[in-house]
Amino acid sequence: MLKLVTKNIGIENSHTLAVAKANGVYSRVEKALAMAPEAIVEDVIKSNLRGLGGAGFPAGRKWSFLPKDSPKPRYLVVNGDEGEPGTVKDKYIMIHDPHLLIEGIIITCFAIRSHKAFIYIRGEYDLPIERVEGAIAEAKAAGILGERVMGRDFALDIVVHRGAGAYICGEETSLLESLEGKRGWPRLKPPFPAVEGYQRCPTVVNNIETLSYVPFVIEMGGQAFADLGSERNGGLRIYSVSGRVNKPGVYELPMGTPLRQIIYDHAGGIAGGRQLKAVIPGGSSAPILTAAEIDVPMDFDSLAKIGSMLGSAGIVVFDETVSIPAALLVLARFYAHESCGQCTPCREGTAWMTKIIQRILDGDGRMGDADNLIRIARNVLGNTICPLGDAAALPVISWVTKFRPEFEEWIKRGRPVSQAPIPVTHIGERTAVAV
Amino acid sequence: MSGDAHMVDHPGPVSWSDAARREIDAIFAKYPDTKSATLPIIWLAVREFGWISPQVEVILGEVLKRPLNEIHSVVTFYTMFPQGPLGRHHIQICRNIACWLANAPELMEHLVAKLGIHPGEISADGRFSLEEVECLAYCECAPALRIDGRYEGNLTREKIDRIVEEAR
Repeated sequence: MLKLVTKNIGIENSHTLAVAKANGVYSRVEKALAMAPEAIVEDVIKSNLRGLGGAGFPAGRKWSFLPKDSPKPRYLVVNGDEGEPGTVKDKYIMIHDPHLLIEGIIITCFAIRSHKAFIYIRGEYDLPIERVEGAIAEAKAAGILGERVMGRDFALDIVVHRGAGAYICGEETSLLESLEGKRGWPRLKPPFPAVEGYQRCPTVVNNIETLSYVPFVIEMGGQAFADLGSERNGGLRIYSVSGRVNKPGVYELPMGTPLRQIIYDHAGGIAGGRQLKAVIPGGSSAPILTAAEIDVPMDFDSLAKIGSMLGSAGIVVFDETVSIPAALLVLARFYAHESCGQCTPCREGTAWMTKIIQRILDGDGRMGDADNLIRIARNVLGNTICPLGDAAALPVISWVTKFRPEFEEWIKRGRPVSQAPIPVTHIGERTAVAV
Repeated sequence: MSGDAHMVDHPGPVSWSDAARREIDAIFAKYPDTKSATLPIIWLAVREFGWISPQVEVILGEVLKRPLNEIHSVVTFYTMFPQGPLGRHHIQICRNIACWLANAPELMEHLVAKLGIHPGEISADGRFSLEEVECLAYCECAPALRIDGRYEGNLTREKIDRIVEEAR
């Protein structure tokens, strides 16, 4: 099976320059630097490479929005704040193939005429930070980064910026605020970062995984890359699979791979031979799918069509023993904790949704609480500066709508005797790739 | 976010070591303006002083040339900047969805019993502190925790016992 950004994972010392180079990393830089920057942007547009942090915006089009005539410096800001629950993919690239990321950054910066890139990495990621910083040092010493990138008339400096434990900073304008040394309060858009980003200068913000695919677009050409995926969703991507499956882990597969195939063929099916109950297809913010909906192709457009989203492709699998209201409390509590407090609907709404789910689980639910939850969620949805409000509201709406009888059962009978609030099932040792 | 925690004073005045001052200069050199160096310099202060106290905020304000209210607003926004001392080994155990599905709450109970402390507390001997955190992005090896800057996954009671013994 074809692998691109995870190709070198498993090779000993794949994070070092010598091994990376021996396995093809940096081999695309020369070709890219011989191209016109606009031609690279065109090729990336043609490749249908989408923003793999979760928004799915076409990467090449994002680059093309940079103003042509601005006298200000341009920046590339790389989003390695990986915090969407269920999403573990960028970590693998940073730990196992940091030079591939640097190669992608070099090509992208050349394409957008930037000479400075920041990589914002979540504060908990000590090893990824160490590996990326180590790779940057190696690349500088080897003349791959610096005043003359690989001997060419192109200067590039990359700085690693460590986050400090705020989920909201994965949102691009919050990330920029944080990079500028402020609390991570998202900005109103427009202006979009392409026009006014870091230091009010034109800025492209791209995810680690997105940029790591750029060398392959150059290598095979935009059209060939596009052909690997599904319509308007080019190439491959990394699906993170966790929850009640036999083989949780990361799987790099074509865009549009059916969810059923990922769960059963790649992740080994449901743990303990139990039945599938529900799946979060794209990180905790993505509306839940029932077991009847898993034939969906995993790409941005197909999931949007059925009212969910591909997001970060963090797949979390629930088996039949999982209590949906109890699981929703885990997420509601998360969003209440991570709401930055800037917008009232999100700050208040996330707290109230958590309290209501909690009281349902405590056996104190009131008739009408299911409707209360949906009503509050709808008052958050679309009424906030950044997508965290939507991310908190969408699971509540979809979970309560699709599993309403379960919520009502808790409300009617108090805590069902048959169902402990926290499902306890022994799963045993996992088979995920060690990091 | 955090911000409700009470900031703990350092016992005496704090000042930057010469090495820290050199590092601060190196951090400033990476950014086009001084403000952007705020997070990295707060991280440096955490390393130097163990936590961010009101005294540390004062010297952060001095090097960053930012008013105290701005420093405080940044320090208290981010959950990873401690505002009081931690144990020599700080354990962060994940409570989010993948870990929850893999019995994280039960392991948390085990850890609480083993260490004799609840989240937010330090053990009497100063060795351990415990914190419940949101997704660490180690879902594929859930349940997971982070201790002393490294991840440990596929946790069982036995594995937790081993991790705690090794850290003693």
